[in-house]
Amino acid sequence: MLQPTSNAFAEKSTEAMGDAQLQEALSILRTHSIPSRNKAAALLPEFEALRDSARDLKNHILGHLDRYLLQFEEQVQKSGGHVHWCADADTARRLVLDLCRKAGARTVTKGKTMVGEEIGINDFLQSNGIEPVETDLGEYIIQLRHETPSHIIGPALHVTKRQVEETFRKAHTDLEAGRNLEEASSLMAEARAKLRARFLAADVGITGANFLIAETGSTVIVTNEGNGDLTQTLPKMHIVLASIEKVVPTIEDAMTLLRVLPRSATGQELSVYTTFSTGPRRGTDLDGPREFHVVLLDNGRSAYLGGPMQDMLRCIRCGACMDHCPVYHSVGGHAYGWVYPGPIGAVLTPALVGVQNAEPLPNASTLCGRCEAVCPVRIPIPKLLRHWREEEFSRAITPPVQRSGLSAWAWFAKRPALYRIAARWAARALRWKAGNRGRFGSLPLAGGWTRHRDFPAPQGRTFHDQWRAQGRAARGGGGR
Amino acid sequence: MSTDRDRMLAAIRAGVARSPTRDVARPVPLVPQRGQRAGRDLVDLFRKQAEAASATVAEVASGKDVPAAVADYLKGRNLPAQVKLAPDPRVAGLDWKSQPLLEISSGASDGNDPASVTPVLSGVAETGTLFVHSGAPTPNTLHFLPETHIAVVYRDELVGTYEEAWAALRRKFGADLSNGAMPRTVSLVTGPSRSADIGKILLMGAHGPKRLHIILVDESRDSSRPN
Repeated sequence: MLQPTSNAFAEKSTEAMGDAQLQEALSILRTHSIPSRNKAAALLPEFEALRDSARDLKNHILGHLDRYLLQFEEQVQKSGGHVHWCADADTARRLVLDLCRKAGARTVTKGKTMVGEEIGINDFLQSNGIEPVETDLGEYIIQLRHETPSHIIGPALHVTKRQVEETFRKAHTDLEAGRNLEEASSLMAEARAKLRARFLAADVGITGANFLIAETGSTVIVTNEGNGDLTQTLPKMHIVLASIEKVVPTIEDAMTLLRVLPRSATGQELSVYTTFSTGPRRGTDLDGPREFHVVLLDNGRSAYLGGPMQDMLRCIRCGACMDHCPVYHSVGGHAYGWVYPGPIGAVLTPALVGVQNAEPLPNASTLCGRCEAVCPVRIPIPKLLRHWREEEFSRAITPPVQRSGLSAWAWFAKRPALYRIAARWAARALRWKAGNRGRFGSLPLAGGWTRHRDFPAPQGRTFHDQWRAQGRAARGGGGR
Repeated sequence: MSTDRDRMLAAIRAGVARSPTRDVARPVPLVPQRGQRAGRDLVDLFRKQAEAASATVAEVASGKDVPAAVADYLKGRNLPAQVKLAPDPRVAGLDWKSQPLLEISSGASDGNDPASVTPVLSGVAETGTLFVHSGAPTPNTLHFLPETHIAVVYRDELVGTYEEAWAALRRKFGADLSNGAMPRTVSLVTGPSRSADIGKILLMGAHGPKRLHIILVDESRDSSRPN
């Protein structure tokens, strides 16, 4: 499993905010991603009702997950495929390696799979002598750059066009120095030609799955490039990496999710290719893989079923929450330090790698709620982030200074009379200390605030006093 | 010794047993109004949506006109006069001899075909989407490997919504589509292949076809079949 570096969020964020190329790359979220999603949502009058339906469908599935997974397994087998249940990343990796060896694989082409990132399949295959070749253009670019995805939909979101040119010139050693690669179209032609040869030569194709269909034993992928289809059609073996919460009862149910997924992800009414794959090639087929394997990964998810975090398992990986998040806009995806960035990453990462290994993530949010407002399956992300904050505090993972501050505040908050007196005294003291200026340029324990702006001194009475006075006035001067 | 399957199922069952959403019913799928129309309205919506997805659309009166429409399209774009046909009679059964300048072959693609001509299961007006599926008469490589994909859609194959297209698949392969009844692949294709992964500039033809040309035939496919 990819080692999380989420505890270095603050340092990496500072670095990210000073990175001019990254900031340029991230500006696309505001200028393009948000308007596209809003336009697509507005074009479909039933969009909000479909979001409700998608939420209810996922809730229903999570409440009957065992039943649908067993039905899916039976149907894959009846269509000539195989299902492999893998409790953790290590089991899944070793299983994939065994399958590749069985197929005599030297190279493996890959469609985009976040579960593949989660189990670190590329490094594992590579270190065992099998070459993995990413075929999604974004994934290919970052594979050449030895980077990880910074966005679940646009993995190379952080890379500018000029950096792509540099990367290709370095990696494609047969490129003539004089070849003009200034235009994005010539870069794409170069990648298309290079990867076409890899598609045709690969022994195994690995894809992810956006959905699994219990009724038919199908796996579903959604792409715009067509790379996922070439990946699974040309080699002799197709391996699907999927996590357990991806199952959906019927094809028609999947259409509900497919009506909200692309609109939320890229602002398209439907992605270019949505492919349902069922079993290996049929007897008379002229093309297609001879073997079909589905890896069902748990990796800690089942422990969250039926608990306060269950809602996170509704996620369909559209990326809208990160597209709309002001924190993600500022720092990009790598600062989050593991596979899933952005708001949903701040919820999933503590769950899958342990909250002690991702302490800053649930706190790196103002809980502004934009993520929840756009989530196609209405995951209450701010509520889930608050849950992790509580968990961190109760398990003493919160850093000591914050912890003692919160403890002190809690001690007063539990003693309302004392709290009001203390607040009154503090307000008066601050006002007196600020003098005529009425604000502070620096203040103990508030350096994070005063480094960038002044702190205004309290004016007038405390909130509690004002509230009481207003209540008394509203009740006609009565009071308690 | 318990297997991963046993352990996972035990954990999932324990979670399901305490899950607050155990009683949530499966919602009845909601089908948007947009595609629910007929006649010329349906054709117009299909055209508009397919073109919005960067496909091109031509209309012809009869299956007899398809070979000439294919030749015209390739010539008009200065593309090689060479096509690989799906063996399906809806395409291979047309009068290709009427176009002596077209180089014709039939079967799966090995990656060296500049253009393919295939039938579809359905054309869906809601988003201008084509439903295609694999099978001996319709090899999947024809939908993805050539730089130009030309799809022939007959009048009775044009529907308003995805649900109608799935119903057509159920009519063809069995009502429940389970127990291996599904074809190996069913793809919903909306426009030509594209990517915005290089500097966020949207470009056509990432790995799949660079061009998707749709020929709408204004007659039902039964009437166009050769005797």
